[in-house]
Amino acid sequence: MNAVIVRGLSRSYGEVRALDDVSFDVAPGELFGLVGPDGAGKTTLFRILTTLLLPDSGTAQVLERDVVKDMWEIRRRVGYMPGAFSLYPDLTVVENLEFFASVFGTTVEKGYELIAPVYRQIEPFRDRRSDALSGGMKQKLALSCALVHRPEILFLDEPTTGVDAVSRREFWDQLGALKAGGLTIVVSTPYMDEALRCDRVALFQGGRVLDIDVPTAFGKRYGRPLVAIRSADRYAMLQLARGFPHAYSVYPFGEVLHYTDRRSELPADMVAAELREFLNAGGGENAEVRPIEAGIEDSFMALMNSATPAAA
Amino acid sequence: MTQTTVSASQLTRRFGRFTAVDQITFDVGAGEVFGFLGANGAGKTTAIKMLVGLIAPTEGDAQVAGFDIRREPDRIRASIGYMSQKFSLYSDLTVRENMDLYGGIYGLSRREVQQRATTALDTLGLSSSARDLVGRLPLGWKQKLAFSVALLHEPKVVFLDEPTGGVDPITRRQFWELIYAAAARGTTVFVTTHYMDEAEYCDRISIMVDGKIAALGTPSELKRQFGVSTVDEVFVRLARP
Repeated sequence: MNAVIVRGLSRSYGEVRALDDVSFDVAPGELFGLVGPDGAGKTTLFRILTTLLLPDSGTAQVLERDVVKDMWEIRRRVGYMPGAFSLYPDLTVVENLEFFASVFGTTVEKGYELIAPVYRQIEPFRDRRSDALSGGMKQKLALSCALVHRPEILFLDEPTTGVDAVSRREFWDQLGALKAGGLTIVVSTPYMDEALRCDRVALFQGGRVLDIDVPTAFGKRYGRPLVAIRSADRYAMLQLARGFPHAYSVYPFGEVLHYTDRRSELPADMVAAELREFLNAGGGENAEVRPIEAGIEDSFMALMNSATPAAA
Repeated sequence: MTQTTVSASQLTRRFGRFTAVDQITFDVGAGEVFGFLGANGAGKTTAIKMLVGLIAPTEGDAQVAGFDIRREPDRIRASIGYMSQKFSLYSDLTVRENMDLYGGIYGLSRREVQQRATTALDTLGLSSSARDLVGRLPLGWKQKLAFSVALLHEPKVVFLDEPTGGVDPITRRQFWELIYAAAARGTTVFVTTHYMDEAEYCDRISIMVDGKIAALGTPSELKRQFGVSTVDEVFVRLARP
């Protein structure tokens, strides 16, 4: 039986449709990612799954219990780390932890084994007020607080927002360790690179699920030839490449540009050769053009374009 | 890169015994997109505060937009633009009211504001939303608008703090195109960010560790130097040796 079952879930705030007919399942022990920008509906979904908000329509089960009927049981059995780390700023590290343990009728000692890998890193600062912690330490404390009652499933809403690259990486390593211990984890992020750390990912945009799959699978289904262009003058090259008659889309992509061709039947190396010739003729002699595999971000954009053609 | 718009030499700031910024030296050219990176507490914020004339250095010098940070901090503030995710626009003013307000603060004439606002809104495709409240705009539009507002007084240098955090991947790229367009017109774009993904879009990046600049170069140079495939890995190697 799946740990989370969501069917046709919708929720509006006035005229804004925050969630629009969302369905997905999360298997027990899975690390499941919700990837999408701010305003995609991720927080609304978390609030419904943790019984803090009622859906307008559709159903959701968490740990085989209904989020509307069985709200008290679900609350005892899930851990939730909301966005912006809801800690008490004027309580110390250990006081925050004791508070969250006591709310669930347990003690820090009983939950210590589970939180230890995370908590030990901030334990030297146990008597420091939580508002005096760095972003990375706040994040570790918030995770400890969400785990202290030994939940069966963990919901994490943008746990790495505002945290530096080193702390982010440590955090994902810790999630991997918790998953290895059997915990089911649902985590949201606006950052595509973090999707690769998940078992499966749902791409969210405008309250809808665009697609769900294992993170490496999205690129394989891209369906159009994709080419990277490297040039010293990215901006001029961007304009030039957009003038190629078969261009479907051209976007800046880190140090390079990603060019997608309309002709889905052509092999990417043939497209690259034609494009190279076109760019050379147009003054881009030094452009390096090579076929590449699509990644999750390319796929996200392609899905956005096909969902709302005007967005291109 | 003909002209240097940001130049720091041995720039240092101490707070009591703590050295937040420790003798940093670097130059940024006109039209360059420069990424200024570092972990929490590495000294980025202190360095930026000195560069924009908000706090004085303990030692060392810097020039920004042709002015000295010690002697001419007021002139620096008039010659730079700033945009962050947290502070950008007034949500209960309309798009045009925000532009009029910021144009006025930077001493533009009514006519200049009128002309530049019209051009900026045309470029963004936001002309039909000029009378809409900023609070009602989608996040991506707000960020693009905030960037245009930061450029309204045609600053030589614009400072951006995590400019594309939280937006969808298409809007993010539209935003980078605006940045590249501004750079192509000669504006220096100084980007601070936690997200190494954003760093990959910069012409050159510096990475601060414990108050010092631990690495400086193009993203490709740094990746080659450390033998890794992403700036994220470069960062992790430096910050946690």
